[in-house]
Amino acid sequence: MTTLLQRFGSARDAFTPSRLTAWPASAVNPASSMRSGAAAGTPKVALEDISLEYRTNGSPLLALDRINLQVRTGEFLCIVGPSGCGKSTLLHLIAGLQQPTSGEVLIDGEPVTAPGTDRILIFQELGLFPWLTVGDNVEFGLKLKNTAKAERKKKAEYYLRLVQLSQFADSYIHELSGGMRQRVALARALATEPDVLLMDEPFAALDAQTRDLLHDELERIWAQTGRTIIFVTHNVREAARLGDRVAVFTFRPGRIKREFLVTEPRPRQIEDPAVSRCAKEILEDLREEINKSLEQEYRISS
Amino acid sequence: MKSVGRQVTFYAMAIGAWVLVAQLHIWPPYLFPPPQGVLESLWAGFVDHSFWIAIAVSMRRIAAGYALSVAIGVLLGLLMANSEFLEQTLGGLLVSLQSLPSICWLPMAILWFGLSEKAILFVVVMGSVLSVTISMETGRKQTPKIYAMAGRNLGARGLKLFLFVLFPASLPFLLTGLKQGWAFAWRSLIAGEMIFVSLGLGQLLMMGRDLNDMSQVLAVMILIIAIGYIVDGLVFRTLERRLQYRWGLSPAR
Repeated sequence: MTTLLQRFGSARDAFTPSRLTAWPASAVNPASSMRSGAAAGTPKVALEDISLEYRTNGSPLLALDRINLQVRTGEFLCIVGPSGCGKSTLLHLIAGLQQPTSGEVLIDGEPVTAPGTDRILIFQELGLFPWLTVGDNVEFGLKLKNTAKAERKKKAEYYLRLVQLSQFADSYIHELSGGMRQRVALARALATEPDVLLMDEPFAALDAQTRDLLHDELERIWAQTGRTIIFVTHNVREAARLGDRVAVFTFRPGRIKREFLVTEPRPRQIEDPAVSRCAKEILEDLREEINKSLEQEYRISS
Repeated sequence: MKSVGRQVTFYAMAIGAWVLVAQLHIWPPYLFPPPQGVLESLWAGFVDHSFWIAIAVSMRRIAAGYALSVAIGVLLGLLMANSEFLEQTLGGLLVSLQSLPSICWLPMAILWFGLSEKAILFVVVMGSVLSVTISMETGRKQTPKIYAMAGRNLGARGLKLFLFVLFPASLPFLLTGLKQGWAFAWRSLIAGEMIFVSLGLGQLLMMGRDLNDMSQVLAVMILIIAIGYIVDGLVFRTLERRLQYRWGLSPAR
């Protein structure tokens, strides 16, 4: 299993030019086939036959269709898909902010019924509290856990240092740049020390340089803290840069189309040729879905 | 700095003109007193304690009335924000009631409570509670949903979610209502005191009229303006400025 290329059965994979393995969704259980030994036992996060139906103006809309997905402890999973495929919604379900119409979200084998600080979601809009200082934002989750004040301060300081924002503890959110806010959100999520970090297109609104920087930081923090990360993005390169595994979603209803395993060694860089090659391959798969989403948009607007 | 200069010039000229017109003795001094006469009245009022007493009484009344209307308003606003039924029924009623000058509640108050402190409290509360209610409701509704979600995500629920997230998130809206509510409460109080209640600044104002003492009337008017200005400037502007600084909203002028 240490060859440059990880190949599985299908003919398609024989031509895979990168350290990437693709297989149809649900054909193989990646956890059991990939890192033998490490993945024994219950997965950290398991989605079992998750479906979600919305009712808009009486007509039902199937947003998510029988999603089955397992995430190992310490795994970095990226989910890519066209906009409107329900990938953000999926994170809300895992966070317990919303309930699926059918199916179950299991954390360590236990069904999720409500939000819990063992899994923290970083929203696309961040949702940092403008009435609190950066330090108080980071301490917020700990305060709710009734952590003692001294301990709270210490942890907030630690995580602010981890995201390199120590000098800004007393600033207010509006005084920070976009990238800094992003890091505050990360520190706030990490401070509650969740097992699972759910990230919803966190870097979408940032310029390329800041994003590259935050990729490095996220990878470093992930390696340092050993958290399980589920990272939603529409940026395929970002997914190939960060993920151990990339799941491609179909456009409405959201389904897992295919999963890719990225075995490029870390630390990676977004401009690594291998990362680009992976991204290209994932994109080929995704393009079909993006076209579908565009078609739908044109149909509605014309 | 330029605006300060302009203001000083403006007031100097206005007082100068006042002195000049008073000097001409077109009207008798009890109808058109000179500025120094008003100053004397102010001084006398403070020396014989009548102004201090009136201020104390009025401030006590407004403190009670305002506190009550903030408590009721916040509660009612929250109820309305959480109930579509209340919003559609009570909400419409409150908006239409807002066009009623608060002093119109006085006859009702007198019939119910007699010539008592309760009646004035009623008028003050009716005058200001609507602004607080409506701003609290708007605040809860206009607050981006993301704050509540982020709060729940970080483990806040129930009362803690309200105290630590929902309430502070709606403060920018509520503060506007609190400020307006205070202004209405102050107006209602003075109006109410002028008509019937003993003691207080409003009654002092009417006493000036009864005594044909224009100096006292003007002195009390200045006092009423000054108190309103001080509370607005000291309490509400400070709160506003602090909030705008935290949230990074553009400061008002």
